[in-house]
Amino acid sequence: MPKHETPLLDQLESGPWPSFVSDLKRQAEYRHQKQNEVEYQIPVDVVDDLLGLLELSYKEGEVHWKHGGIVGVFGYGGGVIGRYCDQPKDFPGVAHFHTMRVNQPAGKYYKTDFLRQLCDLWDFRGSGLTNMHGSTGDIVLLGTRTEQLEEIFYELTHNMNNDLGGSGSNLRTPESCLGESRCEYACYDSQELCYHLTMEYQDELHRPAFPYKFKFKFDACPNGCVASIARSDMSFIGTWRDDIRIDQEAVAAYVGGELKPNGGAHAGKDWGPFDIQKEVIDLCPTSCMWMEDGKLAINNRECTRCMHCINTMPRALRIGNDRGLSILCGAKAPILDGAQMGSLLVPFVKVEEPYDEIKEVIENIWDWWMEEGKNRERLGETMKRQGFQKLLEVTGIKAMPQHVSEPRHNPYIFWKEEEVPGGFDRDIKDYRSRHPK
Amino acid sequence: MEKEAAKQEILNFLESKSGSKTKFYFNDFTKLFPDMKARDVKKALSELVQEEKMMYWSSGSTTLYGLKGSGKKEED
Repeated sequence: MPKHETPLLDQLESGPWPSFVSDLKRQAEYRHQKQNEVEYQIPVDVVDDLLGLLELSYKEGEVHWKHGGIVGVFGYGGGVIGRYCDQPKDFPGVAHFHTMRVNQPAGKYYKTDFLRQLCDLWDFRGSGLTNMHGSTGDIVLLGTRTEQLEEIFYELTHNMNNDLGGSGSNLRTPESCLGESRCEYACYDSQELCYHLTMEYQDELHRPAFPYKFKFKFDACPNGCVASIARSDMSFIGTWRDDIRIDQEAVAAYVGGELKPNGGAHAGKDWGPFDIQKEVIDLCPTSCMWMEDGKLAINNRECTRCMHCINTMPRALRIGNDRGLSILCGAKAPILDGAQMGSLLVPFVKVEEPYDEIKEVIENIWDWWMEEGKNRERLGETMKRQGFQKLLEVTGIKAMPQHVSEPRHNPYIFWKEEEVPGGFDRDIKDYRSRHPK
Repeated sequence: MEKEAAKQEILNFLESKSGSKTKFYFNDFTKLFPDMKARDVKKALSELVQEEKMMYWSSGSTTLYGLKGSGKKEED
């Protein structure tokens, strides 16, 4: 017998798709079944009350959560997001319902014993409800009380060798694709760089001093499996600066049907024989590929790293050997100024320990944004407000053709005094000696 | 400016505002010290948090600083 009747939520279970309501009901039942085995540190009916509160919100069309607060663990300014219910008498199980963000391992590789420990901890000290994973990539533990926070933090850090993630005006938990651990397209070790910068910038992750959130994401190739170009203030995307490697025998094997395109992904129905002209060459966004005497040719200077040809014929085409990454800045979701994709700042940099060149770019950008950014302004908005030229100036990077996204957009050039030989001061007498009135 | 003097100035600023406002953005503090680097201001603030004289307040997306114990508590 459920604690609260939930007719409106029950409707959400009637569709063909998986339902979070069914999951919550199952978890509510599980907590009651296990109450003789687990010494719950927060109310056993936390999930029942969560369902009841949600039903009330559906009924009234109004939210009953209060967000934010001073909750946190000692010395940390992020990682815990306070949430309280404004109807604690009717729903005492969710009077406090704080979220904890836990830093996920790079590439999201887990050992099963870690996951068991995590679930046991969260059953014991939280609601047992998790979000694997949140949008930023963290492990999200949903629903606990204030007095449990330090205990959970101690267990995570001392016995599970893990840490809280970022929230608030902090560097958010950095996220990487699985990179060289499994992927043949990886142009650099994205997990290593992600881990290194996470450790390097611990203070920025845990002690807030930015105007707003700041996200790093690491994609080891331009396929962008963590979508860094759209979701992070600074995105690090693997690339190469030499030529795509071509195996002409494998090209012929694709054309002849011996090798299946896209690794055999198009297997569900009869797609017809592979047509390299139609499926690869004509789809190249810069038209830089053609067939010549039965061989595939590429004008590599025009390649924009769309990855389509490599993804379609991975045995025939491989990423180049001179590898590194590109840095793009300013992507964000549409809160203040509308959504933005990242703008290319560094076209190519080698990825070599101790990553000093990369850190220099990061720190110059932070110094500028911390100084000039308005409260709740993302880097992309500061860039838009002060101009890309200003970003180049603060990072000491010279303008180059790769920075131009659309030519002839702005015909004006403003010179600074230090850029002009002799400055702006002119000796009028000297001038008049050569240019009489 | 010495860090201890900066910390005291921060506390004085917060006391002086306590009647009207209890939570402040990070850059409200950097404005107090135009000649100091933002990172040094952050160090002073972090120490005050460690000493339990100040606290963080977070909405989840933005973080503010205030005197410990000041302002309305969400539990209230």
